Amino acid sequence: MAEDIKVIVFKLGTEEYGIEVEKVQTIERMMPITRVPKTYSFIKGVINLRGVVIPVIDLRGRFGIEEAEHTDQTRIIIVNVNEMEVGFIVDSANDVIDLNRDIIDVPPDVVGGIKAKYLDGVAKIGDDRLLIMLNLSEVLNKSEIVQLESLEG
Amino acid sequence: MDMNQYLSMFIDESNDHLQSLNESMMGLEANPEDLSIVQVIFRSAHTLKGMAATMGFEDLASLTHQMENVLDLVRNNKLRMQDFIFDTLFKSIDALESMVEDITGGGAGKADVTAIVSSLQAIVRGEVPSAGNASAEVTAAASGNASAAQVFLDEFQYSVLEQSLQEGHQVLYVDVAIRKDCQLKAVRAYMVFDLLERSGEVVKSFPSVQDIEQEKFDYGFSLYYITQKDASEIQKMILNLSEIDAVTAVALDQESLRQMGQDSVAATAEAPAPAPVQEAAPVAANASPAAPLHPKEENGKAAPARAGGAPSPSRTIRVDIERLDVLMNLFSELLIDRVRLEQLASEVQNGDLTETVEHMGRVSGDLQNIVMKLRMVPVDTVFNRFPRMIRDLAKSLDKKVDLIVTGADTELDRTVIDEIGDPLVHLLRNAVDHGIESIADRIAAGKPETGTVQLRAFHSGNHVFIEIEEDGKGIYPKNVLASAVKKGVITQEQAGTMTDDEAYQLLFAPGFSTAEVISDVSGRGVGLDVVKSKISSLGGNVTIYSTPGKGTNFSVQLPLTLSIIAAMLVRLGSEKYAIPLSSIVETGIVKQSQIRTIHGNRMLEFRGSHIPLVSLSKIFSIPDYDESTEEETEIVVVRKGERLVALAVQDFIGQNEIVIKNLGKYLPDVQGISGATILGDGQVALIIDPNAFIK
Repeated sequence: MAEDIKVIVFKLGTEEYGIEVEKVQTIERMMPITRVPKTYSFIKGVINLRGVVIPVIDLRGRFGIEEAEHTDQTRIIIVNVNEMEVGFIVDSANDVIDLNRDIIDVPPDVVGGIKAKYLDGVAKIGDDRLLIMLNLSEVLNKSEIVQLESLEG
Repeated sequence: MDMNQYLSMFIDESNDHLQSLNESMMGLEANPEDLSIVQVIFRSAHTLKGMAATMGFEDLASLTHQMENVLDLVRNNKLRMQDFIFDTLFKSIDALESMVEDITGGGAGKADVTAIVSSLQAIVRGEVPSAGNASAEVTAAASGNASAAQVFLDEFQYSVLEQSLQEGHQVLYVDVAIRKDCQLKAVRAYMVFDLLERSGEVVKSFPSVQDIEQEKFDYGFSLYYITQKDASEIQKMILNLSEIDAVTAVALDQESLRQMGQDSVAATAEAPAPAPVQEAAPVAANASPAAPLHPKEENGKAAPARAGGAPSPSRTIRVDIERLDVLMNLFSELLIDRVRLEQLASEVQNGDLTETVEHMGRVSGDLQNIVMKLRMVPVDTVFNRFPRMIRDLAKSLDKKVDLIVTGADTELDRTVIDEIGDPLVHLLRNAVDHGIESIADRIAAGKPETGTVQLRAFHSGNHVFIEIEEDGKGIYPKNVLASAVKKGVITQEQAGTMTDDEAYQLLFAPGFSTAEVISDVSGRGVGLDVVKSKISSLGGNVTIYSTPGKGTNFSVQLPLTLSIIAAMLVRLGSEKYAIPLSSIVETGIVKQSQIRTIHGNRMLEFRGSHIPLVSLSKIFSIPDYDESTEEETEIVVVRKGERLVALAVQDFIGQNEIVIKNLGKYLPDVQGISGATILGDGQVALIIDPNAFIK
């Protein structure tokens, strides 16, 4: 009998992703971002979150999806992983659901073009919703980014 | 009971007590007759023991217990303080410090302190070597004594032995010596006891069985033993165990038993001091008649006098530095909101609102001062370990040095305090090792044989100065130059044109050391260059003033705080950057025609020399600005040491006090950027690290 976990659901394009709620600090509307030169292109810069300077990553850019214009729906999800505070820019975030760990399956090798290593698993909700659970430590793992860039470049 | 919640309190208080122990010991050393200081030391040690025992740090508790035994004799005038006792007590404090450090690091506070404990025990037994004796000798003496020591019998034990003899049993006096290289001597001792108890009964042992179990003995122990077997048999049995050095077993008869028993009874009665002290209970009650009466009165008087004279305990609370950081963050938010409110109020033009906003502005100004002050810590927290260090250093170098500390209450930001300790240690070591001459040299130079090192801290403007000045041999610029030429730091020609000040600066050059022989004190392959770069990284500076033959002064200039700095805000296109004012030499405007290209690098003539012109817009890939399209360019000339670089910017916004924030753990190092700050409008501006552009 696996426990239930609370998951924040957000969207990148047409796909739905999930992050465990404990790892999420807040969800913010889009705010001014100060560009930081000489960093990866997907690091959009830093924001002032109530007095704390926090780097912001465009998740589309991080996953190699074409970046989109920011809209009213665009959100910055502030996560705290391995004592690192980072903001993720996502297309929208408006759902919190309870998920039983049992229904999270091991991810297939490649899902939607994203390297499977960023994924903790895939949960099927209802008949037609697929929720991709993110492995945040991998998403923030910088040593691996270098590899990825060189593969793509 | 969960002790974890008390652990940090325990660590803090232990450190306080250790510091007080160190200080009081130093005071006592300067004034060995002052028993009131001994009282203070005793109380600190006693409190420490109690706390350690409550927290379950047995090693800590038992070492302090041994110290107490010594101190107890001293305060009751049974023992006079002397060099060896001082050294041993200092060593004990060091051991306690390392234990507390271990606990701080999450350890169990265990440490091997056998040597110190046996020295302390030897002192209690009255075996104090004359001044100058190496401690190794003492340990040897102590261990030799332990095995040969009389085993004192109480009446009950005596009668048991006597009765056993009458009933026809053998009573043996057994003396066992364990090999010195034995790893687990307590286990070895246990095996001996185990073996003996299979064929008889151990009536009494010295040291006590508990002490032996806790390894509180040197490499030997003695015991009275009742058995049916004879002495030689027992001797052989024990010798069969491994790692046993020697065994002597003597069969006692009525006569010899009585003799030994009486001896021991007599010994205990006559001299309480040499008896192994088992309890912390003061032996004060039966003070020897030789002891004069007045010290007791003095004790009585001293305690209240101290209570009155000592600074009343400051009414403070301990606050986690992280909470202060949070407070600081919240506060900077408040400041930003204030700016917004002021803007809104000026738009709305409502009298009441404007007044309220102005009042809020004043309150938040006061609040800012308080928040900043909360982060200020007296330099004393760093200085307090130096007297002890100088004492040890002078001793090991066979020099006489007085350390005079002034301005220890000068306050600095916590972040600076944390970083400044190491450079100061280095400069002080340097002063004692290279500055102060040996006693003979000082006498020959007509100076008092005790050298003086002054450690001063004081405020001056927006800076704090820490000076280390000694009255030693001084630095001869000629020697420095000669040495620098020899080491290839500069050429002979360069040496010829250098001023004295420039020569002194060479001391900070990488790979330079004036010492002919690198001593183990200040050598260690680390030079003054490391000190210099550390202080520079704090935004400070070091200068040397020296008068050959008279002494040297190292003056360290530090910013009051690291978290708030004065900066020049500049604009590059739509982006704003802050440049620390401390590294700006000047600002100006240059025409394109003044920029030349040398070896493909753009250079600028500045005060008679050519300095590189760095294009920030290119390096930072600024999207909407490029100075090369402009006829005239604003420049900021920045300095790192002697080198200058001009940074091209679009506009100067103005000078501002900024709160430094880091970019977060995800972006630890960004080239050319040393941090970020939040501007009045809530925007983040990056702080430029000028050092990154100067290679």
